[in-house]
Amino acid sequence: MDPVLTSHVREPNGHTLGAYVARGGYDGLRKTLGLPPGQVIDMVKASGLRGRGGAGFPTGMKWGFVPKDSPKPKYLCCNADESEPGTFKDHVLMERNPHLLFEGCLIGCYAIGAKVAYIYIRGEFRHVMRVLEAEIEAARAAGYLGTNILGSGFDCEIYVHPGAGAYEAGEESALLESLEGKRAQPRLRPPFPAVVGLYGCPTIINNVETLCSVPLILTKGPEWFVSLGPEKNGGPKLYCISGHVEKPGVYEASMHVTMRELIYGFAGGIRGGRALKAIIPGGSSTPVILPDQIDAQASFDGLVKAGSMLGSAAIIVMDDTTCMVWAAENLLHFYRHESCGKCTPCREGTDWMLKILRRIERGEGSMRDIDLLNDVANNINGKTLCPFGDAAVAQVLSTIQHFRAEYEAHVREGRCTCPADWRVM
Amino acid sequence: MSFHPEMRYESGLHVSQREVRHEGEPFAFTPANRERLEQVAAHYPPEHRRSAVIPALYIVQEQQGYITASAIRHVAEIIGCTPAEVDDVVTYYAMFFREPVGKYVVQVCRTLSCALRGAERVTAEIEKQLGIKAGQTDPTGTFTLMEMECLGACDRAPVVMVNNDHWHECQSPEDAGRLLDALKAQGEAALSGCHLTVEKA
Repeated sequence: MDPVLTSHVREPNGHTLGAYVARGGYDGLRKTLGLPPGQVIDMVKASGLRGRGGAGFPTGMKWGFVPKDSPKPKYLCCNADESEPGTFKDHVLMERNPHLLFEGCLIGCYAIGAKVAYIYIRGEFRHVMRVLEAEIEAARAAGYLGTNILGSGFDCEIYVHPGAGAYEAGEESALLESLEGKRAQPRLRPPFPAVVGLYGCPTIINNVETLCSVPLILTKGPEWFVSLGPEKNGGPKLYCISGHVEKPGVYEASMHVTMRELIYGFAGGIRGGRALKAIIPGGSSTPVILPDQIDAQASFDGLVKAGSMLGSAAIIVMDDTTCMVWAAENLLHFYRHESCGKCTPCREGTDWMLKILRRIERGEGSMRDIDLLNDVANNINGKTLCPFGDAAVAQVLSTIQHFRAEYEAHVREGRCTCPADWRVM
Repeated sequence: MSFHPEMRYESGLHVSQREVRHEGEPFAFTPANRERLEQVAAHYPPEHRRSAVIPALYIVQEQQGYITASAIRHVAEIIGCTPAEVDDVVTYYAMFFREPVGKYVVQVCRTLSCALRGAERVTAEIEKQLGIKAGQTDPTGTFTLMEMECLGACDRAPVVMVNNDHWHECQSPEDAGRLLDALKAQGEAALSGCHLTVEKA
């Protein structure tokens, strides 16, 4: 498949309005403005576009949940928090193809009846914010934003809103809290944001890559979008490959692609020709899979079959020098740091799990600790308001499942049994 | 009794960290900064000015380096909410500093993708060169070293961010050492930026 989302990202000045319009940019918006909003939603539904942020929920269906008769203003929020460890795809889209995102936001706003879109971007992406703000000004000056867009009578504004370093702000209801100027903590649902969202108004939250896919559906048609991938997994997809590969990076492919093609084809194989030990296929929140699943299709449904999830398509590759207890400890440190503190099982449990993992990794653990770890993890799993709790235990449960012998060896030998020269031992 | 019979609640980690230790000098936005804040606040409905708390705190940090109790009260007054509501935000988000920091805040990403490519060794090298541990500021007040969680630059690991803004990617321990030397010698001119920004020209 030829890239469509990232086809021009390496061109100098490819991010500018002039370059974007020259390659047919904003044609999707023009077409949208001539259609009734309901028909735009129907086209997105027909494309089968599934959310690229992690959950894979059908975007058109989500848009359809917005109550049409509500007298309240409606909002679109673009989730550009991109904080899932291993994920770096939205960064390149925003910095190198920002008008595609704006066009997606405008089409989304038109479809749901919103007049404002907020791009909630993580605070560390300051250089990206500068690009977005400059290009928003360019788009406004050219009549693609503001009042009476392209003479259609449709008014819409896009604003960039910075986060300040909180993984949990990427969870959609926590994102809304953060956007309202509060701590990024999740809300109890129902009501869902499509009905009661930002400032209590109907709100749609979509990932950057999801919104970037929308203009393509308008210009090339839903059938084209469907035809790119396997059934129910249509459209182009960005994959982020990091860790022990020769060529880490963002690669665009259809979801027919397999993990083998991504790791050994696109990313050039394992660094130094070493052996593959484990793969985290969809960001740190998805269970680890083993090399025997390498031929799994890297699609929403293909990775569920392989025992994991596509998530944000962040593939972290680990070679045979990686200690899996250490890897689980590393990610638990992340989750303990990022737990928002609202739900007790997650707040306390992540701290406990990290303590137990540290004991085992340092060779101070006991065999009972391994079962205790499992037990604590299972007392967090499914017992929190948002999916963070399930995410936090994914690596612990899956590494114990697949690498229990390694945990036991740590306990038996009283040391890390898989040291590596790239760590500080 | 905690919800797991074998594990106890402890006081170390999640104790309320509400008190902001430093009262600081009496704080007020400069007229130019106040104007910038009002421009941002106009992005939100007037009855929801509280949405501008995070942007306001960034401006405080730009103006005086870190966030003090005095600044929190001022932000609350300008935004039209309570100091406790501002404090709530300051104490939650990782990018707000509640202690004075060095001229250069050097943060090393420690999460898995960076760690797999040697981030632990990068941190160790910087600690050695500066004679401080992660979380500390050197005696001259030039450098503060911190470890941070995933920056989202995993393809260019390990990555180091300076002053919440400038990214230095694909850092070996030697590269990180050279970055410190360059910052000492050339100041901010030594800061480059993300590879995408550099490629854009």
